[in-house]
Amino acid sequence: MAEIRLEQVRKTFGRVVAVRDVDLTIEDGEFLVLLGPSGCGKTTTLRCIAGLERANSGRIFIGRRDVTGLPPARRGIAMVFQSYAVFPHMTVAQNIGFGLRMRHVPRRQIQKDVEEAAALLRIDELLQRYPAQLSGGQRQRVAVARAIVMKPQVLLMDEPLSNLDALLRLQMRAELKRLHREIGTTTVYVTHDQVEALSLGDRIAVMMDGTIVQLDHPSVVYDKPASTFVAGFIGTPPMNFLEATVAARDESVELVVGDFTLLVPAMWTDQLKERAGQTVIVGIRAENITVHHGPVPGSLAATVLVSEPLGSQQLLTVQVGQDVLKVATAPEPLLAAGQMVGLTLVGQKLRLFDKETGKALPVPIPPPSEGGT
Amino acid sequence: MPCTRPLRALASEKALPYWLILPTIVYVAVFFLVPVVQALLLAFRTQDGQWTTRFLMRMVQDIQFGSALRFTLLLLAIVVPLQLVTALFIALLVNTRFRGSRTFLYMCAIPLGISDLAAGLIWFSLFTQHGYINSFLYGLGIIERPIFFLSAQNTGWVLGSIVLAEHWRATAIVLVILVAGLQMISRDYLEAAEVFGARPWQRLWHVTLPLLKPSLQSALIIRTILALQMFAVVVAMGGRMVPVLAGEAYYWYYLYRNANVASAYALLLMVISALLAWGYLRFLRPREVHS
Amino acid sequence: MTFRQLQRRFLLYMVVVVIALWVLVPLVLIALAAFTPRLELYRWPRTVLPSAFSTATMAFFLRSYGTLTSLTNSALVALLTLGMTLALGAPAGYAVARYVFRGREAFRIGILMTRMFPTSLLAIPLIVTFIRWQLYDTLIGVAFIHTAMALPFAVLITSGIFSGVPKELEEAAMTLGCSRLGAFVRVALPLALPGLAAAAMFTFVISWNEVFAAAILTVRNRTLPAQVLTSLEVAPLDFRFAGGFFMIIPALIFMALARRYLFQMWGGAISER
Ligand SMILES: Nc1ncnc2c1ncn2[C@@H]1O[C@H](COP(=O)(O)OP(=O)(O)OP(=O)(O)O)[C@@H](O)[C@H]1O
Ligand SMILES: [Mg+2]
Repeated sequence: MAEIRLEQVRKTFGRVVAVRDVDLTIEDGEFLVLLGPSGCGKTTTLRCIAGLERANSGRIFIGRRDVTGLPPARRGIAMVFQSYAVFPHMTVAQNIGFGLRMRHVPRRQIQKDVEEAAALLRIDELLQRYPAQLSGGQRQRVAVARAIVMKPQVLLMDEPLSNLDALLRLQMRAELKRLHREIGTTTVYVTHDQVEALSLGDRIAVMMDGTIVQLDHPSVVYDKPASTFVAGFIGTPPMNFLEATVAARDESVELVVGDFTLLVPAMWTDQLKERAGQTVIVGIRAENITVHHGPVPGSLAATVLVSEPLGSQQLLTVQVGQDVLKVATAPEPLLAAGQMVGLTLVGQKLRLFDKETGKALPVPIPPPSEGGT
Repeated sequence: MPCTRPLRALASEKALPYWLILPTIVYVAVFFLVPVVQALLLAFRTQDGQWTTRFLMRMVQDIQFGSALRFTLLLLAIVVPLQLVTALFIALLVNTRFRGSRTFLYMCAIPLGISDLAAGLIWFSLFTQHGYINSFLYGLGIIERPIFFLSAQNTGWVLGSIVLAEHWRATAIVLVILVAGLQMISRDYLEAAEVFGARPWQRLWHVTLPLLKPSLQSALIIRTILALQMFAVVVAMGGRMVPVLAGEAYYWYYLYRNANVASAYALLLMVISALLAWGYLRFLRPREVHS
Repeated sequence: MTFRQLQRRFLLYMVVVVIALWVLVPLVLIALAAFTPRLELYRWPRTVLPSAFSTATMAFFLRSYGTLTSLTNSALVALLTLGMTLALGAPAGYAVARYVFRGREAFRIGILMTRMFPTSLLAIPLIVTFIRWQLYDTLIGVAFIHTAMALPFAVLITSGIFSGVPKELEEAAMTLGCSRLGAFVRVALPLALPGLAAAAMFTFVISWNEVFAAAILTVRNRTLPAQVLTSLEVAPLDFRFAGGFFMIIPALIFMALARRYLFQMWGGAISER
């Protein structure tokens, strides 16, 4: 087990810069998720760590050892591929034992280790089968067993669940979590599924265009996204954005959205005063908007456009002035399209972003007694 | 390690594919360039290094030359279109995926493994004086005495027999190319056309054939160039009764030991091949089919 | 099934049977001729089916002067060709299948073009070169030109085969402790083996069947087709029939074994993009 450190790692394919001078330290035993939209360079970053791609510049350390120039075989890593890459001409047992055979581990020991790993992944019944006789989920387990049997310093996984159906994915997700708790290997896990990232990661590194735009604990990434990009990528539905003009009153500030005025908690006052007259972007998550069926003073008037009952909640698409928002509310009573409702925003959960850069304004620590709209 | 930069570049993973294709490139270059240059030298230079058109003139003025050129082009003009149509028909038939179509396809591909010489001999056994066709016609009571299909008196019959033999032997190549091409056309296109109400003929004309055009072009080029080299089938069935260019190249060396004139023939064939291939590529260019 | 459908199906199978007969009947007839008693071949009128099964014709062919030597020559040339072609072509096919590199498309097109080049004609100028290099009238010399003919096909087939072996399998082997070469040997090679065997068979057939270059580049060391071709003028009917039949046997067997790969060999259009 070991920490991983990337220093200014850059990888280009012709003109495309897939990984742009990334600095990243992954702690010993940590489960780090690389998350980002398609083509942002997650796989390439992972393959650079594995040694399957040579970085153009920068250094990579695994457990204090500089592995930048080493081939994959000598990096102490093991990898689970998106397509599993289970060898079709070998039985499950031979597949799992392949790496140990390459290491010239005595046969008796290989057998023991293979059985252990198979038991851990609950595929000990399948050891004599060939991959063609396995289901997708079973093949996936073989790929994971083949990796962990090596007792690698670092376990790398590239979207290991993306080829499974939804139910199986849910189940394997829990198993991977259990597995990591049991063996504790430093793990780098690539996915573009933000739910997977939130549920699995000790920390999440959100990537965009080859750079890491936010690296933090899942709850922080969700609650305090560093930019509109992160806020729009994480969460279903993504965060709502409204453009607002900052209007300074004597003591407080207000945000003007079209015909409406939003009151902002006092904690933002100092920051917003500096931006008086400028436009900022207000972000609010669907579950942080409260729906009122009758008129409530200070609420925004909204028209329901679409209502989607999702079982445990009801997802509304509503129109407020020129803007369209997503709002999550209780499943009952079901609202109909065209119905008028009032909305209040949970002020504590308002997030503000710079209009030009998309970067979040730092969230101030709220004074203990503050609350409400 | 005392390793200079260029050396390291040569040993890197990036250089590997070039190392892997290098032997093939070198081999092909040596084995194509050397003989082509040699052919030019043989055809246009005398023993003592003088440039000359003597050998070229000797080829052109030879009594066999005119008919060899004529017969070669005539055979080409008859056989290639005939094969293209037949192969396209069979390929489309196979593409309907009827029961047993796979077996049928492989059966039709059998002649691909048969050498031109063997094919010539097979058809010789049919057309020769006491061959199967004469025996068959006699058995039906149509003829009393054998017809001399393969005699110098009647080059029409000889030509016809050669066309049949060549058609039998080499349609398979076209067929295989076309089937390979058809397999690449997603059935979705046809189904989409069907949904929009296209009749089978319209689907063939507006969907299948345009998408098949690159394969048709390949097949046409390959088949034409192979037909230009037609040799053993002709020799096995007609000796030199129906002279062809490749046959003349062979005889000029085999009978007269004249490598110069033989080289002139070889060059002529290469030039015709190149011109025809260029023409096909230029004038049958498929419209932007693959995005 | 309606009457119309029945009618159409009947028509379809009629056409199929006719075409199949057109292909198969000549093969059956040459086989019959090869096993017809020798004298019967010259008789008029002659029946299609021989009066008796006889191996005399085949025996005459095999015992004729030069046949057996040329047979071993043919086999040797084909094996040499096979060895050289795969040694050169398989790495190139692997490179085309595995790597994206500058010039790959040009190389692929170049291969497709050489596939159409009238290579056998090169035998004529090669006479002079081969005499100088002391390759004239040698089996290795013939194998050299046969290799030039078979090489483009070998590259195309092997690249097709290697692209059927996912790159990730080799990469997985590398992360599990194999070197680049080790990953190839332990993973890609075993999976590609059936396809490589097919490529080998095609190469063998190309060489076995080739007559023009072999006849030109040899005098005493003839291959079987060259031997048959140069004896045609003087050869009796039975020699020709038996020779024709004999030559097609190994080719047909190999074609039958490797038939699935035919399409990789001939597929691939030049102006695809
Ligand atoms: N072998 C390659 N050759 C050329 N370009 C490549 C190669 N591999 C990746 N790229 C490019 O590098 C960029 C990053 O690709 P990468 O595979 O790392 O993305 P990703 O984040 O894993 O995306 P996905 O979620 O779709 O898997 C993309 O623009 C891609 O087109
Ligand atoms: Mg990826």
